[in-house]
Amino acid sequence: MTRSDRSQLRGAVAIVGAGESDWVGRLPNKSALTLHMEAAHNALADAGLRKEDVDAVFTAGRNMANEVPEYLGIRPRYVDGTQMGGCSFLAHVEHALAGIVAGLFDVALITHGESGYSRVGMPATRWGDDSNNAQFELIYGYAGPTTGYGLVATRHMHVYGTTKEQMAEVAVATRKWAALNPRAFLRDPITIDDVLSSRLIAWPFNLLDCCLVTDGGAAIVVTSAERAKDLPQKPVYVLGTGEAVSHQMVSQMPNFDRWDAAMISGTQAFSMAGIKHEDIDVCELYDAFTIVPILALEALGFCKPGEGGPFVSGQRTAPGGDFPMNTNGGGLSYTHTGMYGMFAIVEAVRQLRGECGPRQVPQAQIALCHGTGGTWSSAATLILATEIP
Amino acid sequence: MQTKVSENRGQALKPTPETRPFWEAAKRRELQIQQCHECGAHYFYPRPMCPYCLSRNVAWVTCSGRGRLHTFVINYRPPRHYASDSPYVIGIVELEEGPRLMTNIVGVAPDPKALRCDMPVEVVFEDIDENFALPKFRPIP
Repeated sequence: MTRSDRSQLRGAVAIVGAGESDWVGRLPNKSALTLHMEAAHNALADAGLRKEDVDAVFTAGRNMANEVPEYLGIRPRYVDGTQMGGCSFLAHVEHALAGIVAGLFDVALITHGESGYSRVGMPATRWGDDSNNAQFELIYGYAGPTTGYGLVATRHMHVYGTTKEQMAEVAVATRKWAALNPRAFLRDPITIDDVLSSRLIAWPFNLLDCCLVTDGGAAIVVTSAERAKDLPQKPVYVLGTGEAVSHQMVSQMPNFDRWDAAMISGTQAFSMAGIKHEDIDVCELYDAFTIVPILALEALGFCKPGEGGPFVSGQRTAPGGDFPMNTNGGGLSYTHTGMYGMFAIVEAVRQLRGECGPRQVPQAQIALCHGTGGTWSSAATLILATEIP
Repeated sequence: MQTKVSENRGQALKPTPETRPFWEAAKRRELQIQQCHECGAHYFYPRPMCPYCLSRNVAWVTCSGRGRLHTFVINYRPPRHYASDSPYVIGIVELEEGPRLMTNIVGVAPDPKALRCDMPVEVVFEDIDENFALPKFRPIP
């Protein structure tokens, strides 16, 4: 197989179980590891598997590759603690695919748990005083994602004329999906004016341009397509995967008016899946801020560079629109623990299984998940489907 | 050398051997970056090898101090212990020599109407304690 030919991997593995912590939101009585445990328990039960069946554990976070197996009482023979931010879990699916195809293990458990709001049992996150981040960014009062993601929004507005109203369209549409999800943290309808008049966090972002900060966990189980046939759930096949990293500090971002990492991950995923954009029925695009899905739509090729703002206008991504996006209510309104990517995967799985009740996208057969990590630093893309075309 | 938290607006700053020349130059009111003598590229932040071609044949050069404001945000929510008046402007400046860096834009109202991507800016140095001066940028009239 040549380096560019990923198509032979299409449909080799499937997601056979998906679950979340018992609840998501504000959970001051549960540590991050308990949120992992609940999610893993629920995902394994969903898959009809026992923890003894798991031989590979994937998770992201400092020390988590040691801590999670210990807490769950699993002794994996394959471990992957790749930490590239909130899209890590999407990349883990690609890594699990590689390991399963190579015959290194059979059943991969990918887990996420984060006490993002309550900060119970969370590792410290402070940069060292001698880190490059401290010396060349934090010293200027850089405040992390609320400021770093906005640098791209400002440049995109300058180059392409993207407006704050177009960004607000994303928040309004996503809230409409959340209203259909009883587990969503914020469910009351909002208007574009509500977004524009919410308090300023870091111009060009107002409060309602920013994702939530919550507690929660989510997990999935991945195995070979062959083994998936013997398990109780309808398999969700992995048609395409891609991942990329372009920088760590946002000041090192190669281009501020486009998302290079997402262009790479998306190209890989589409070439492997062998499908067209119009074949995709539902998209789950990590929405850390309203500008992020707009850049993702451009980078993934759903529209041309600069057309992301017009693309989301007119509530096109809302329930009833022709481009269903972030159907659980997203990081903006459903939940955002800090590394949201796993929730995007779980929602895609549920949509493809037809389990979403009032927010179900009719006849959803192919879904795209896409995540960001760090500050536009990394990206990972998955194309999932009910059948292998 | 290392700043104390109370003197430095909440973020302590401690150079590494690789970055110390940058901070020593800033103390002398010089903005220095590195240039690769192999491929010719200027680059920032400081590293002992060129990030474009991995050559070790690199040297410090003093910049003109002029550039353009590539992009910016106006922050209303300073990090905890960061004792600046908010709002304040965090900018990415593209230096005449090519590399970009994060900085604060000063000498201008923290207002999107007063700031514009690609506007010309020049470096000014702000002493933050007895050891460190911080390069910031202001609009060139």
